[in-house]
Amino acid sequence: MEENTILVKESLNSAVVKFVIYKPLIAKSARAGQFVILRGREGGERVPVTLVDWDANNGTITVIIQAIGKSTCLFNSLKQGEKFLNVAGPLGTPVEIKNYGTVAVVGGGVGIAEVYPIARALKEAGNRVIAVLGARTKELLILEREMTALCDKTVCATDDGSHGLKGMVTDALQALHDGGEKIDAGFVIGPIPMMKFTSRLMEKLGTVSYASLNPIMLDGTGMCGCCRVTVEGKVRFACVEGPMFPARTIDFDELIRRTGEYKPLEKQSLQAFEKDHVCKCGLH
Amino acid sequence: MPNPSLPRQNGKQQDPSVRKKNFEEVAQIFTREEALAEADRCLHCNNARCQANCPVGVQIPAFIALVKENKVGEALSKIMETSLLPAICGRVCPQEKHCEGNCVLKEKFGAVNIGMLERYTADTARKEGLLTTPVCAKPTGKKVACIGSGPSSLAAAAELARAGHQVTVFEALHAFGGVLRYGIPSFRLPREVIDAEIETVKAMGVTFKTDVLIGATEKVADLLNQLAAGYSASGAGLPPLLGIPGESAVGVYSANEFLTRVNLMQAYKFPQTDTPIQIGHRVVVLGGGNSAMDAARCAMRLGPEAVTVAYRRSAAEMPARAAEVLHAKEEGVVFDYLVTPKEILQDENGRVSGIKCTRNELGAPDAKGRRRPVEIAGSEFVLPADTVIVAIGQRPNPIIAKTTPELKTTERGVLALDDQGRTTLPGVYAGGDIIRGGATVLLAMKDGLEAAHRINAYLQEGK
Repeated sequence: MEENTILVKESLNSAVVKFVIYKPLIAKSARAGQFVILRGREGGERVPVTLVDWDANNGTITVIIQAIGKSTCLFNSLKQGEKFLNVAGPLGTPVEIKNYGTVAVVGGGVGIAEVYPIARALKEAGNRVIAVLGARTKELLILEREMTALCDKTVCATDDGSHGLKGMVTDALQALHDGGEKIDAGFVIGPIPMMKFTSRLMEKLGTVSYASLNPIMLDGTGMCGCCRVTVEGKVRFACVEGPMFPARTIDFDELIRRTGEYKPLEKQSLQAFEKDHVCKCGLH
Repeated sequence: MPNPSLPRQNGKQQDPSVRKKNFEEVAQIFTREEALAEADRCLHCNNARCQANCPVGVQIPAFIALVKENKVGEALSKIMETSLLPAICGRVCPQEKHCEGNCVLKEKFGAVNIGMLERYTADTARKEGLLTTPVCAKPTGKKVACIGSGPSSLAAAAELARAGHQVTVFEALHAFGGVLRYGIPSFRLPREVIDAEIETVKAMGVTFKTDVLIGATEKVADLLNQLAAGYSASGAGLPPLLGIPGESAVGVYSANEFLTRVNLMQAYKFPQTDTPIQIGHRVVVLGGGNSAMDAARCAMRLGPEAVTVAYRRSAAEMPARAAEVLHAKEEGVVFDYLVTPKEILQDENGRVSGIKCTRNELGAPDAKGRRRPVEIAGSEFVLPADTVIVAIGQRPNPIIAKTTPELKTTERGVLALDDQGRTTLPGVYAGGDIIRGGATVLLAMKDGLEAAHRINAYLQEGK
């Protein structure tokens, strides 16, 4: 078996794909909260992707990718049996796993997949784990079954009310609080505004919160400094010191600005790719 | 008879007005005539000072004598007796500090152009199929790891392979060469030259692996269980910043990030390649070293209206090679000396809109003998900018030290070495930027060669 081979490809919804990839060295050393850098083609970007699962015995890692830009569309067009060009990791500092008491793992959209391994590790460490899962609509809510099987309690929220509570994950957390749940620590992964407002609410409710940040990365190995974020007024580098940081003092607004830097260029790149893609395969 | 009084040959260069729009090599290779004329100037001194001052001990008078006889293949073999990366050295070595700076002809007639002769020899021999892969000693059966694939690690790997060891090079990124690939631009060091030199090292039997970040993908201790020794040369790490307000504004790059986008990821070909870069209209590079020059010259090639290098001392104290500064100036880079940045200004969207600076005058010399910049009271001004590149040095990569508790570090977090280049883990040696925190390619190679010799001695002791 060749490294980087896709052993399983499974669509979770119209834009989200799960890949099981053969990569024994990473499978052996991965821990919850770490990520890998993927590249799909020569000339391709280095894209950081959270490790969702790993199996040292079979030498496999699992990632879940949402197609947003050109690179992620390209990844999701790879087929079972094909290979990623590069898979490097595991990168970043693992989340500190210990018994916090009652913890909330909060995932928004594809962030549900990213928070899953943290939920599992926290459960194994003896925590009472409550999952709070959010998405725009039912179709986009992934891994509910797995989370429900794993966690002591699972609450879902959708913006349109098509599944679970109608509203945001913050509404779900507030409802848990109002229902008497005392949550000691929270681990939040999702869109930046969602992490910002969730951690603010947790602060108010007396929950220590952590958020996994997704700044733009380049090498991802502690060299270029592109992924700097401001935490407690200090510059921190997400690729080696993160990606999980105490959320209370994260400058989320700066992160929103910095991650938006290349949006117009990324859009241009995606449009060119989609045009090209139609010509090649004729399926669209 | 040698003819030292002939004019020094400098070769041809791409015209500045043309080259500032492309990433092709600036300096053109010597023609045979130019090479022979330049070789003819060498006096072939006994106890040659050029050779004594070469960090990697190239046998300079001997190789030049072979060039003169038109034996380019033999000349290259002569160079490769001590230095296995001649096409790289011939391009990026600061010869004015080493061989050429010590040439006896320097004062009276101008030094022999040793750098261009080395480059001519390496390129010509390779092109004409005259490069002989160095012969390796009988296999020792010992396995050695080289961590990183930059100049230090490549030099060590080749030398260890020559001694008969089974060498594996582990690279964290997707392409080999380390700083040669992500830092040094192709107009100074074409990518095919890096590829060709690595092919030679591969031909010596060295195995190369991408995507392995030692310390993360595999622990140093796990490597040592499989191997007899290791050389840790994982290079530069997280860039130092100025520590002034506004440094996280959109449009502020570290030199590492900017150069990596352009050189490793080839953002200048976007959207053919997928990694973008924003160049803006007015680029300001803060710093005065070789990375600052590389960044400024790369920026110029991306087509902004203006590129300015702002340096806090004067031209005389600037650490960059004189030739690089000259090339940058020819390409239109403006130098603003005696400037200290105080704050990066931002517009309402958090984008860079300028740099608040003060003017300096030169004060007393510091510990290194360079005159210190002293701020002139009331001299505040705003330098217009929408892209800022911070190029104020390098720090050693933190990953190995962070993930290897067995390795002791200094108070600065750098791997602690004894005077034999040994870390505190038996069999593990270290060198290059991971120790020096940002030096030249040649000093990194020198570390690699010395480490290879020490690892040889260590392995021969039968440990």
